[in-house]
Amino acid sequence: MEVLVASAIGVLTAAGIYMILRLRTFPVVVGMSLLSYAVNVFLFATGRLVINQPPILRDGVTSYTDPIPQALVLTAIVISFGMTAVVVMLALGAFIEAGNDRIDLEEEEDGQ
Amino acid sequence: MSPALIAALPFLGAAMPSILIRTGRTNAAAVSALFTGLALLGLLLNLPTVMAGGVVETKIDWLPWLGLNVNFWIDGLGMLFATLILGIGLLIILYARFYLSNKDPVGQFYTYLLLFQGAMVGIVLSDNILLLLIFWELTSLSSFLLIGYWKHLPAGRQGARMALTVTGLGGLSMIAGMLILGNIAGSYDISEILQHKDAIQASPYYIPALLLILGGAFTKSAQFPFHFWLPHAMAAPTPVSAYLHSATMVKAGLFLMARMWPVLSGTPEWFYIVASVGLITMLIAAKIAIFKHDMKALLAFSTVSHLGLITFMLGLGTEAGALAAVFHIINHATFKAALFMSAGIVDHEAGTRDLTRVSGLRKLMPITFVIATIAALSMAGIPFFNGFLSKEMMLEAAAHTKWLDNSWLIPVLATIAALFSATYAFRFISHGFFGPPPQDLPKTPHDPPFGMWISPAFLAFLVIAIGLFPMAVAGGYVQMATNAVVGGGYHMHELKIWHGVTPALIMSAIAVTGGIALLAAHRPFQRLWDATPRPEAKAMFDWVVVKVQSLAAWITQGLHTGAMARYLMLFTITAVGVGLYAFMSGTLGPQTRALTPVNGAAVTSWLLLLTATMCIVAFHHNRILALVLIGIVGLTVSISFIFLSAPDLALTQISVEIVTTVLMLLALNFLPKITSIESSRMKIGFDVGLSVAAGVAVSGLIYALLTRDFAFPTMSGYMLDNSYNLAGGDNVVNVILVDFRGYDTFGEITVLGIAALVIFALTEALLQGASSRKLIAWRPDVPRGGDKHPLMLLIVTRVMMPIALVVGLYIFLRGHNAPGGGFIAGLVVAIALVTQYMASGFAWTQARQKVYYHVLIASGVLVAGITGAGAFFNDMPFLTSDFGYVKLPGLDKFELATAAGFDLGVFLGVVGSVMLALGGLSRLARRAAMGEEGGEEGAHIAAEKPEARVLAPLSAGPYPPEAKVPRRWWKTARAAREATQNERDTVHENKKTNGGDH
Repeated sequence: MEVLVASAIGVLTAAGIYMILRLRTFPVVVGMSLLSYAVNVFLFATGRLVINQPPILRDGVTSYTDPIPQALVLTAIVISFGMTAVVVMLALGAFIEAGNDRIDLEEEEDGQ
Repeated sequence: MSPALIAALPFLGAAMPSILIRTGRTNAAAVSALFTGLALLGLLLNLPTVMAGGVVETKIDWLPWLGLNVNFWIDGLGMLFATLILGIGLLIILYARFYLSNKDPVGQFYTYLLLFQGAMVGIVLSDNILLLLIFWELTSLSSFLLIGYWKHLPAGRQGARMALTVTGLGGLSMIAGMLILGNIAGSYDISEILQHKDAIQASPYYIPALLLILGGAFTKSAQFPFHFWLPHAMAAPTPVSAYLHSATMVKAGLFLMARMWPVLSGTPEWFYIVASVGLITMLIAAKIAIFKHDMKALLAFSTVSHLGLITFMLGLGTEAGALAAVFHIINHATFKAALFMSAGIVDHEAGTRDLTRVSGLRKLMPITFVIATIAALSMAGIPFFNGFLSKEMMLEAAAHTKWLDNSWLIPVLATIAALFSATYAFRFISHGFFGPPPQDLPKTPHDPPFGMWISPAFLAFLVIAIGLFPMAVAGGYVQMATNAVVGGGYHMHELKIWHGVTPALIMSAIAVTGGIALLAAHRPFQRLWDATPRPEAKAMFDWVVVKVQSLAAWITQGLHTGAMARYLMLFTITAVGVGLYAFMSGTLGPQTRALTPVNGAAVTSWLLLLTATMCIVAFHHNRILALVLIGIVGLTVSISFIFLSAPDLALTQISVEIVTTVLMLLALNFLPKITSIESSRMKIGFDVGLSVAAGVAVSGLIYALLTRDFAFPTMSGYMLDNSYNLAGGDNVVNVILVDFRGYDTFGEITVLGIAALVIFALTEALLQGASSRKLIAWRPDVPRGGDKHPLMLLIVTRVMMPIALVVGLYIFLRGHNAPGGGFIAGLVVAIALVTQYMASGFAWTQARQKVYYHVLIASGVLVAGITGAGAFFNDMPFLTSDFGYVKLPGLDKFELATAAGFDLGVFLGVVGSVMLALGGLSRLARRAAMGEEGGEEGAHIAAEKPEARVLAPLSAGPYPPEAKVPRRWWKTARAAREATQNERDTVHENKKTNGGDH
């Protein structure tokens, strides 16, 4: 199981980084989403992998998984939505204003 | 009065003059004088204690773990300086009342002056070097404001900048030196540091600390080679020059050397650096002063020279030197401030202070003449004036000092410097006040009003009083301060005028007669001086500034190219490199955790995730496909969360997934649907390599973590044990969010709300002006489906809406004990609302919306905050929760926790934020649809803005036929704001067209 999770995080990271190195806004946004998955799962996994022991107290049950990374990641997921929304909006605004969706500044500003 | 209050008084009063200036200059001056006078009075109340050898202290802990305490003390040295600062401050306040004209912003002047005064008093009364450093920087800043007070004068602005640059850099150097010193002594309290002379001088860091601290002191006190800023700072109004640049600020450097004298002095390094620099400064500046025509410039260089004298005395490291330094600090402050004020009077009344233009003022301005003459004779070192006494001490000390076994060098140089000093003092008087009556002056000079000459007259009185009766007038102060400088146990010999025929007297006589002779031969020397080329400090300084600026620009432009892909690449390379270094240089502990067994479902999800991710990379040029694939990745991650015991995360992830997809689809509506391939094969190859390296690194890191147990027990045990007892909840994740770590969550919903408001602001900006027209002109680049609002979808979503809301409510209520809670419930409700927008259209939904999303966000934060503040009524800290069990008839016993109120805030905040964010994008789509469909949508657009909703029914009426043209409609429908914006844009565009012609 650990191998699967670790490799999945690695693949998500690699794909995310490859995508954020592209030159247009949309792939970069996609790359950031992938990186968000990678980071969230990474943080979650720091609580170690535990199966069938959700941190919900029940009578007679003594072992639970680590709840803290879960609480951290829960808010991180919601915040990453907020971040994605802002970035998407910026990308869209830049596209509408500039007429293209490049992320790099042009060498020379045209016009005035 | 406590030392802390004395230092605080000027700051407390600083705002008053700027307020009272509305009632006149006199009131502004009076209130400044009041606060200064109170501080002076409070200080002098402590005089008997300090005179008796005691120390008055206030100790307040501020950041004790940093060693930063608000510790003030008044010892002999602090008492001397504080008296000078506040006493001369009072005189300056009075003088400035008459000097400044009613065209100047006088209120500001007094505010700056009080700020400066407070900072100065803070320096001299601080018993903590970190606190001292704060005040030190404050003097640099407030003196910048004072030097540049006449903002319309370029010389003033440039002088202020130069002073700030030089003293600011010195301040930085001093911070470093002080930190080293504090580190050696093990404390940042000055009284503590002063006890560690041996440890400090034996430390290998003694030399660096000494050099750095002297860097601060020399720049502040304008010592060679940093002396050049002071003359340029003379562009300030004369009260500032008299106060900052003769009596107080420039003496801060001397104060610091005197303060640290017990632990830093006495070594050869101290002697050769400090004494030599002081002597060189004294000599060079005195020589330059002789040839200056501007009275203030002459005085400025003379000040530099006298500061050099005091530095020289401190540098000797002997008790006699310390005594001479302390005494000359007092004497110089009196005669130099009086001279500056006299120069200011001449300038004020004659309209010029150029020694080549004024002459013979003796008859026109008799009072000023008397004052200036007394002060100048003191400066020249004539007996019966106070300057003579301390200069004798200096010469006496110099006569016994050897420099590298050379016994005549220092006495000779000191005599020459004294000679120059006499020359410029005589010149000041003879060229300014003697000679033929002045011709062709801008104003007819006459003596100033009483208020203006009384301040320098008082100082001139002190000059004579100390000169005649040194022991009675100043003896106590000198003894007290010198004792503090040398670190206690000092007994001063009587200060007296006549010591018999000593070497010092002979040197003094040579200096005075030589000075007269040199003045007689002034004319040819001046011609020679004018003919010799000299290095111009300002030009060199400007050159350095320009070079540094272009270097900074070069670095910035080199690093900050605007190519984001490059930044990210460099960042990734650095992160991977640092990680690799850590991996290679660290050790990896043994594996302590057994691997968890794998089952078929896990492998299937894994394969799905990998395939989807790879496909994104391979096919991302098709953006819609990439979006679908991202959805698969998200769903797989959600499933994994369920599998790995995280039901809350799974619910959150899956709902966020839905809103994110809607968001991206809305964005893709405008963006191109295809990414063209632009990168070269080489870049793609490099990026793949880099990404794979980063992926492998992250994989390795998490694998290492997963196969090892926690090195230390985690906090989780506490939370699991106490979740029920303390917070009354079974769902520990939810309890952590709303209770244990409620502060974090509070911050997070606030951040989320801010993000949504940012999106709203961006939308607003895009809906104005040029981008609005671009949106209207926009046409969809893919064919549209024929059915705008499919009937099936419409019916289903409307039926689903109440069900979804109930589900949301259910998830919210059970959150404390089962998977769910405010975050998830908020997302579920948001999805329910979004489906209404998708199925029935923006306008339809918007028209039925009762609560604005801004209000939801605000009430979310408020509800959470108020719930948290409720804990205050229980005498508990913010966000402490309480809970109990309630039994209502007909229902089971259920639990009621205040945390539920907090969770409600989270819920509201999430709903509001998500909807406002998506709503922003929808509004852009509406604007674009307006162009697509013509003007008929006008009513809906009017409904877009909440405040315009009221107007919507009105504007829904018949439009004039030309309203079909969207742009014209826009102009008539929107108010003048939009019209002017359009006009501006049109002008802008016209300019562009014109610009394109040639």
